[in-house]
Amino acid sequence: MNYDALRHFADSWGLLFMTAVFLTLIGWTFRPGAGRTHEEAAHMIFDEDKNDV
Amino acid sequence: MDNLLVKAGGWLALVFLAFLAMVLAVDGGFAVHMAIIMIACLIALWVTISKADYAAIGRGILKAPADPGKYDDDPIRWGVIATLFWGMAGFFVGLYIALQLAFPVLNLGLEYTTFGRLRPLHTSAVIFAFGGNALIATSFYIVQRTCRARLAFPGLARFVFWGYQLFIVLAATGYLMGVTQSKEYAEPEWYIDIWLTIVWVSYAVVYIGTIVKRSEPHIYVANWFFLSFILTVAMLHLVNGLAMPVSLLGAKSYSAFAGVQDALTQWWYGHNAVGFFLTAGFLGMMYYFVPKQAERPVYSYRLSIIHFWSLIFLYIWAGPHHLHYTALPDWAQTLGMVFSIVLWMPSWGGMINGLMTLNGAWDKIRTDPIIRMMVLALAFYGMSTFEGPMMSIKSVNSLSHYTDWTVGHVHSGALGWNGMITFAALYYMVPRLWGRQRLYSLRMVNWHFWFATIGIVLYAAAMWVAGIMQGLMWREYGDDGYLVYAFSEVVSAMFPMYVIRAAGGLLYLAGAAVMVYNVWMTIAGKIREEKSMTETPHDPEADKPLVAVPAE
Repeated sequence: MNYDALRHFADSWGLLFMTAVFLTLIGWTFRPGAGRTHEEAAHMIFDEDKNDV
Repeated sequence: MDNLLVKAGGWLALVFLAFLAMVLAVDGGFAVHMAIIMIACLIALWVTISKADYAAIGRGILKAPADPGKYDDDPIRWGVIATLFWGMAGFFVGLYIALQLAFPVLNLGLEYTTFGRLRPLHTSAVIFAFGGNALIATSFYIVQRTCRARLAFPGLARFVFWGYQLFIVLAATGYLMGVTQSKEYAEPEWYIDIWLTIVWVSYAVVYIGTIVKRSEPHIYVANWFFLSFILTVAMLHLVNGLAMPVSLLGAKSYSAFAGVQDALTQWWYGHNAVGFFLTAGFLGMMYYFVPKQAERPVYSYRLSIIHFWSLIFLYIWAGPHHLHYTALPDWAQTLGMVFSIVLWMPSWGGMINGLMTLNGAWDKIRTDPIIRMMVLALAFYGMSTFEGPMMSIKSVNSLSHYTDWTVGHVHSGALGWNGMITFAALYYMVPRLWGRQRLYSLRMVNWHFWFATIGIVLYAAAMWVAGIMQGLMWREYGDDGYLVYAFSEVVSAMFPMYVIRAAGGLLYLAGAAVMVYNVWMTIAGKIREEKSMTETPHDPEADKPLVAVPAE
């Protein structure tokens, strides 16, 4: 693979792949039911305080 | 007993090996470093022999098992002390080299104390020694508490701490002796790089091992940031450190890359050191300590995940903005600039997420100086991540590059964001780690806050003025087509700003000294009698029911 071939791969399929992965990861946070999971995860760091009682 | 014998014998063998390498060294710097390693092995040997529990060994028990009902906090306590120690050292050297720029006589005419040797000592001490110890300590603190599990591989965790300190000592002494591969923020030579690789892989093993054995199903987002920091720094360090030593018994090595490839590799490393060491790692602290201190969950957990993935996908491409108008291909420069500008979005998303965590508890900024520090840290995170992309725009960069504006930008990020969030995290952890009711003094936290804040303002403002003036003077052409100012004229014009900058540094150092005293007294178990930060007045006269008075 020479420089030109690598570059063309990077700014076509490479770019497309990275964008697709990125959008999937972002989109995943908007899946149905994500809100409740996030709510639990955000409160999880306070569980230890409850346990101490 | 056999086990102890093998351990002690191993340390002794290493002492001999280091001694041999010291004797056969081809240069002075390498010999000194081998002597340091020998001393380190001797100390380890002495600790192995003298601290062994002989009574337990005699009874056939190796070691009393650790209490599984408690978090493994010893390395974190050491890390807090190391962070403060290296912080004071790094801030002091920073102040000293700031004064050197204003008063060159302070170079003392010795090669060991010139600005060129002390400058990497300052940058590495504050970034890797102060920041690195803070990151290791807080990541071990957070990963245990969010995974509800003790550290995996406790022995390895201790090796990570001590191995990292050895790395710092080798790097720092090397700079003074001129042992450097002259890559910014990656100055240590090949053998120190190899040592750091071993320590860093151990760090990753302890961290990932703890996540694997977690009892909490979800991995809290702070751990995502820490994990990306550990893995990315490992990758950056391995690639940028690729070099061929001239001799296996000498310090000097040559980079595996040459010319513009070397430059781009260096700034791919350099900018991601900013992005993943100074940003992702410290965001890990932010996403845990800000909600804990504010006693409310992060404003939007979804936003924190979007913040995470956007930083990961964008930061890695921003490095070329350090090489505008160089031999780097034009498209690569533009790519670096565009990705830097796009970074505005996630950075500000993260800042807003942190600040809005205080929604409904804004009064804490008035009553809780630790929250106040966190808010200032977030504000500076926002300011420096606004300034950085702006400076990466090519036309702005043509004015700002190589000037003190860059220095001011770095320090508003480092002193404002990294420094303040670290101080806040340490203030949070210290009473909990040492089992104290509270800090020795909250009012002294407030003093620290104001010393540091005024120091940063003086520093950043002086460097903005100095940098923009410098950039404008450099590009000033007269009617005859010649440059108007000589370089020396620009330097002398900046003298007042250099003095103001040093004053800012002195204030920042003074604030840190107040912190050291406060933490020291907290660990000693003292509590300062002081007026509380806020008082809700009570009026006993008004505190009674209204009784209807009959008309007369």
